[in-house]
Amino acid sequence: MYTQGLDQGDKETQASAGTPEQLAAFQERIDAEEKIEAKDWMPEAYRRTLIRQISQHAHSEVIGMQPEGNWLTRAPSLKRKAILLAKVQDEGGHGLYLYSAAETLGISRDQMVADLLSGKAKYSSIFNYPTVNWADIGAIGWLVDGAAIMNQIPLCRCSYGPYARAMVRVCKEESFHQRQGYELLLTLCRGSAEQKAMAQDALNRWWWPSLMMFGPNDSESKHSAQSMAWKIKRFSNDELRQKFVDVTVQQAEFLGISVPDPDLKLDKKTGHYTFGEIDWQEFIDVIAGNGPCNKQRLEKRQKAHSDGEWVREAAQAYASKQAARAAA
Amino acid sequence: MSKQEWPLYEVFIRSKSGLSHRHAGSIHATDDQMALDNARDTYTRRCEGVSLWVVRSDRIIASDPAETAAFFEPAEDKIYRHPTFYEIPDGVENL
Ligand SMILES: [Fe+2]
Ligand SMILES: [Fe+2]
Repeated sequence: MYTQGLDQGDKETQASAGTPEQLAAFQERIDAEEKIEAKDWMPEAYRRTLIRQISQHAHSEVIGMQPEGNWLTRAPSLKRKAILLAKVQDEGGHGLYLYSAAETLGISRDQMVADLLSGKAKYSSIFNYPTVNWADIGAIGWLVDGAAIMNQIPLCRCSYGPYARAMVRVCKEESFHQRQGYELLLTLCRGSAEQKAMAQDALNRWWWPSLMMFGPNDSESKHSAQSMAWKIKRFSNDELRQKFVDVTVQQAEFLGISVPDPDLKLDKKTGHYTFGEIDWQEFIDVIAGNGPCNKQRLEKRQKAHSDGEWVREAAQAYASKQAARAAA
Repeated sequence: MSKQEWPLYEVFIRSKSGLSHRHAGSIHATDDQMALDNARDTYTRRCEGVSLWVVRSDRIIASDPAETAAFFEPAEDKIYRHPTFYEIPDGVENL
């Protein structure tokens, strides 16, 4: 998802600090649906897993501002521009909620920012795809935010209190994101044939990358079992992906555009849609840094950060001067 | 990279008058005014509040979670502080 269970090679995960009694008591709290708070004792591996997941999630929100930000100056009306601006600003806000949740676990903000800028940290594969036409803005809201909602709603019940509370805040805002996207596409689909073709083209390009957002198949997802036991995760990647497909196909039908999957069909017995095989090689390539926009996204973030350096310096100089004056 | 970490502030929001301020999250800022501005932009984009408090995280004095049981123990055996401790016969009203 926004976190995608990346960076799975955390070798130390098994070497949790803590006595068997501590670990058992911790698991008991989790099983009783108690929330774990920042200063509570927790296994080192639990802490590390959360830092990785929450910081990746935060980075995804921040990098996720770029594909949409790309259309801010070209929105077709003042109304659409104001909506998009508010949406992109929300995503920045989500990044901030999440960074502060991660900080409660003992990692500094500067460290997380440094990891993102150096390319060490991962973020969701979805934001490495380009937004080539205006309909893409609709497709992102509908599909990308839609997929994010699927993942984030169960995260509101995550065992780690600060993460769960941040997700509650995020989820309240996501519904606007998804609806504005769908409405944008609906407007195009009710417009000229050319506009409808734009919507179809956007769906064609965003469908598969959106399904990849849920991460590898369960059989390939090494950390899932532990995350489920810790109640960081409530549903498996494949379960969430299936839910997403089930609700989204009907929405596409309403728009009158078709999901680009010849194998997609409703299984009357289960009531679920079966769908074609995801191109996992593409997923692996994008994660490895070779997606269409990886380089551009990272460079843009680095540039924004270094362009802001003088502002941060000035703010700090001002604060020190004020503090010195107050002390004098 | 700025040389020095900006201080962390905890943010509390009163959602409407009549209710207490409630912890919302935290933000970084170089000074108190910036902390208020950042808290507003980050936590009240949808009119979530009528009043904001920000306080530097390092100024908060907190109880120690490892000592929770001992710290709150004095209240535990004083069940007579609760109204349910007292048995009032049927027939007595408004009590
Ligand atoms: Fe978001
Ligand atoms: Fe969103």
